[in-house]
Amino acid sequence: MTVTEKTRPAPAPAPLPLSPALRPRRGFSLGRTLKYTILIVFVFIVMIPVYVLIVTSLKPPADVNPATSWGLPVRWPWQSETPGGATGFDNWSAAYTALAPSIGRTFMLAIPAALISALLGSMNGFVLSRWRFPHANLVFTFILFGMFIPYQAVMTPLVQMKSTLGLPSDISTLLLVHVIYGLPICTLIFRNYYVSIPMELMEASRVDGAGMMRTYWSIVLPLSLPGFVVTIIWQFTNAWNDFLFAMFLSDTAGGPVSLALNNLAQGAQLANYGTAMAGALIASLPTLLVYIILGKYFIGGLMSGSVKS
Amino acid sequence: MRKGVRNWGPPLLLLSPTIIILGIFVYGLIAANVRVSLTNRTSLVPATEFVGLDNYIALLAEDRFLHSLANLAVFTVVFIAGTMLFGFLWAWMLDKGVSAEGIFRSVYLFPMAVSFVASGVVWRWLLNSAEGDRASGLNRILETFGLGFLQNSWWNEPTWGMAAIALPAIWQLSGYVMALFLAGFRGIPDELREAARMDGASEWKLYRFVIFPQLSPIALSALIIVSHMSLKVFDLIMSVTGSIYVTEVPATYMWVTLTSNDYAKSATIATVLLVLASVFIIPYLIQTARSEKANR
Repeated sequence: MTVTEKTRPAPAPAPLPLSPALRPRRGFSLGRTLKYTILIVFVFIVMIPVYVLIVTSLKPPADVNPATSWGLPVRWPWQSETPGGATGFDNWSAAYTALAPSIGRTFMLAIPAALISALLGSMNGFVLSRWRFPHANLVFTFILFGMFIPYQAVMTPLVQMKSTLGLPSDISTLLLVHVIYGLPICTLIFRNYYVSIPMELMEASRVDGAGMMRTYWSIVLPLSLPGFVVTIIWQFTNAWNDFLFAMFLSDTAGGPVSLALNNLAQGAQLANYGTAMAGALIASLPTLLVYIILGKYFIGGLMSGSVKS
Repeated sequence: MRKGVRNWGPPLLLLSPTIIILGIFVYGLIAANVRVSLTNRTSLVPATEFVGLDNYIALLAEDRFLHSLANLAVFTVVFIAGTMLFGFLWAWMLDKGVSAEGIFRSVYLFPMAVSFVASGVVWRWLLNSAEGDRASGLNRILETFGLGFLQNSWWNEPTWGMAAIALPAIWQLSGYVMALFLAGFRGIPDELREAARMDGASEWKLYRFVIFPQLSPIALSALIIVSHMSLKVFDLIMSVTGSIYVTEVPATYMWVTLTSNDYAKSATIATVLLVLASVFIIPYLIQTARSEKANR
């Protein structure tokens, strides 16, 4: 949920609860049929871009023709006009060649960024949820504010700082930036998560006189797995999909896949749209797989109050 | 606790790295940004003078900037209307025990997992401005279904082109608004509906007097979040059209100025964006802090 709802228990891996059957159906099948029809029509509408991506990516440049642009490929990738001639696979291999180095770099960026922000967020969230101290709310708001600013508001000095310090235009700078600006959301997700889980154990260990760090390491951390899954997925997806920081702080030679894909696509004339579309599919694959396999955790992060930039 | 330090010492120690980092990189850099915007640093040459609010006065009188604001306004209105409409409609239809609800939900929400850069590739194709025989994309569909008169050049249209750019944004984020509303619907206790029905409320009255009032905080949150996203739209426009004048918004204008080393101007645009965003952020944070206090 949004921040307003954070006092409610548990966004963490919480999928949307299923509605209980509210009342017996009155067997009015026309209404139900209509509803399902509308829902299914919307499924098709939402999937249109996916269809276009797949179909276009499979058409060799020679077969691209506005009149048949919505149709299935005339020849499938395993059928070529002349032996060894161009096929739809060529789009995919060209896109893969163009994107492969940046995909490797993006993994090197998104995985550590997610892990580090999650760990820091977990410590912050623990302190903010379970330790009463003066002005705790003020501190929390102070941290949270960073999540809502348009990053443009810090970009000019950030770019200047980068050149003053001589930081490289590659993923190492982006890693730093993603960890820093990921702190607010990760803190928020964990704080909400810790508020939601019962922690008698923690209270007990406090009574036993264990210090805060010890309580965190031995009691809280082992209970935090679901919170970590949500946060890591969220941060991974954000770092993978980020384009704003990538544009301002990195270059194509050292930047992430979003930048490489944009270059591939902006160069694309109508004729080799196929390569750009194959590239878009390749570049989206990791986050889509995460969404398909771990969808409920993805939604957990979404609902804990995030703003997609 | 016997000693005050035992109470607030450790928490602050553990939070201090975050507080210091955010102090520098959020608050410090915002201050630095404002400082740059008050100087005449318009090139790589660092020699600068303090010029007061001159940059702001010049920017707010500049046709190009006003054009980008007008673009942003059109985009925002269409984007909000679209996401709220589809988000609410989907949540409303899915609320009442639809079988295979999970599948519908996943499909409607999946565009959220895709980057604007990736979806921009396909939307650039869909919003292709060629018409008639050369038409592909959405224009081809309109042509095929005998709606050829609806063909248009999408984002190339002078005033309403920004409405076309909002289509991909609606596609991408309606599912998010749906998820918000769905959680809202599920948060309404069944007893409340039952009670209203027992009292003989018609379906319309049930919505008018029970459901809508219960959903209004969610609608407000969704509105704030979506407006806020709209304000900083950058990825989508860069990937569908690039940083061209026709579809320029403040965020892409800022990119143009910063890449030409006009630091003062880019900082000025950024401050304006921050002020616009604050209109949404600050009441939101205050309200959050208040409800926090009330709940503790």
